[in-house]
Amino acid sequence: MCLGIPGQVVEITDAENHLAKVDVNGIKRTISVRLLAKDNLQPADWVLVHVGFAMAKIDQHEADLTLEAVKQMGQSYTDELSAFTSSSIL
Amino acid sequence: MKFVDEFRDPAAARALVMSIKELARSDEFKFMEVCGGHTHTIYRHGIEHILPPNIELVHGPGCPVCVIPMGRVDDAMWLAERPDVIFTSFGDMMRVPGSKGSLLEAKARGADVRFVYSPLDSLRIAVENPEKQVVFFAVGFETTAPSTAVTLVRAKELGVTNFSVFCNHVTIVPPIKAILDSPDLRLSGFLGPGHVSTVVGNRPYRFVPDVYGKPIVVAGFEPLDILQSVHMLLAQIREGRCEVENQYSRVVRDEGNPQAIALLGEVFELRPHFEWRGLGFISQSALKLNDRYSNFDAEVRYDMPGIRVADPKACQCGEVLKGVIKPWECKVFGTACTPETPIGTCMVSPEGACAAYYNFGRLHRETAELVGQSART
Repeated sequence: MCLGIPGQVVEITDAENHLAKVDVNGIKRTISVRLLAKDNLQPADWVLVHVGFAMAKIDQHEADLTLEAVKQMGQSYTDELSAFTSSSIL
Repeated sequence: MKFVDEFRDPAAARALVMSIKELARSDEFKFMEVCGGHTHTIYRHGIEHILPPNIELVHGPGCPVCVIPMGRVDDAMWLAERPDVIFTSFGDMMRVPGSKGSLLEAKARGADVRFVYSPLDSLRIAVENPEKQVVFFAVGFETTAPSTAVTLVRAKELGVTNFSVFCNHVTIVPPIKAILDSPDLRLSGFLGPGHVSTVVGNRPYRFVPDVYGKPIVVAGFEPLDILQSVHMLLAQIREGRCEVENQYSRVVRDEGNPQAIALLGEVFELRPHFEWRGLGFISQSALKLNDRYSNFDAEVRYDMPGIRVADPKACQCGEVLKGVIKPWECKVFGTACTPETPIGTCMVSPEGACAAYYNFGRLHRETAELVGQSART
């Protein structure tokens, strides 16, 4: 549960409620970007996604590094990805 | 240095290991990592066997699933088994054993227990099931607590009345203090947690050098990050410095995330005491919902048993969490206690030292021993 997985912002879907659609390894889901409200996130920005929240803005290089590292975690990564896939936040 | 070949940049890893050896000379060092993600990386990549034998990495209490005491799991089970409740939890908590089994077993017995990815998923379940009470089992350090805070703010904004949180969020600084105060361990320094620090920043760790005279380096999760952080710790010691350094500045800012910290303050307050598995009661080490949010507090809403349960005698999670013993030194490790049938929490979560070692470490250790034997013969 402590994994942070990199996701790329696809669209700010609801600016008032700080919701954005992000792409994590090809899977697109809505997350909350409220914790980064002052970072002025834009489509194509990379963020570290943790339990349905963007917790830090990162650059593409860091996103690549992190994705490679979490993929090596095997089962933990596939569990995290399937949990992300199942997510449908309010 | 066989394992180094698996690294993203083997040449950089080799150079770091060489430099670490030079800095360490023949002195003994013991560094503790307090984050379960680091423990996972260390075992996954066999970093303990790449480092010279006079540098020992000790695994600390940084897995939030592992530190939840049995009594709290029993309370969660009690809530989950109420017929009017939909109980929601992160997947990691589902197999954590209480004194009467796990949430997964409660589910098998017919309780409505649902695994969620996000507390906001739990809030959706509440909105979609107005005839039911939906409880979210909140666990985690400052990494995860802001997510619960935002969810509660959102629940309040939306006026959701059938949603509550069973709050078990813990904070990172008090257990580090407890370990520094414990006579069991003589540590040379700390690898500071990466993701927690994206929220709290580097400042909360200043007491480690200032009060206890130990260096601490906030570290990233790549194997190279770990090696570089060990190098930074040794460099501090050799240069006579003792401070908080940030190896993971790619992600962690010195001030952390002020918005997340403000949200924590909006929703939570410190508990006077909280019991940690293996560490006992630590004062001001956990969060509860404050008065503004007490309507959403499952501990206020329900008269939970709240009975303290001693950890199973055979299980030595406490010693593992404090870094006093290694996972394989526990009497039940790998025999009675496995990831499929865990007795202790450290075997449940993939970030737990026992599970990480069970899944990866054994192979590295056995291979390392074989390599060592063949080198000697």
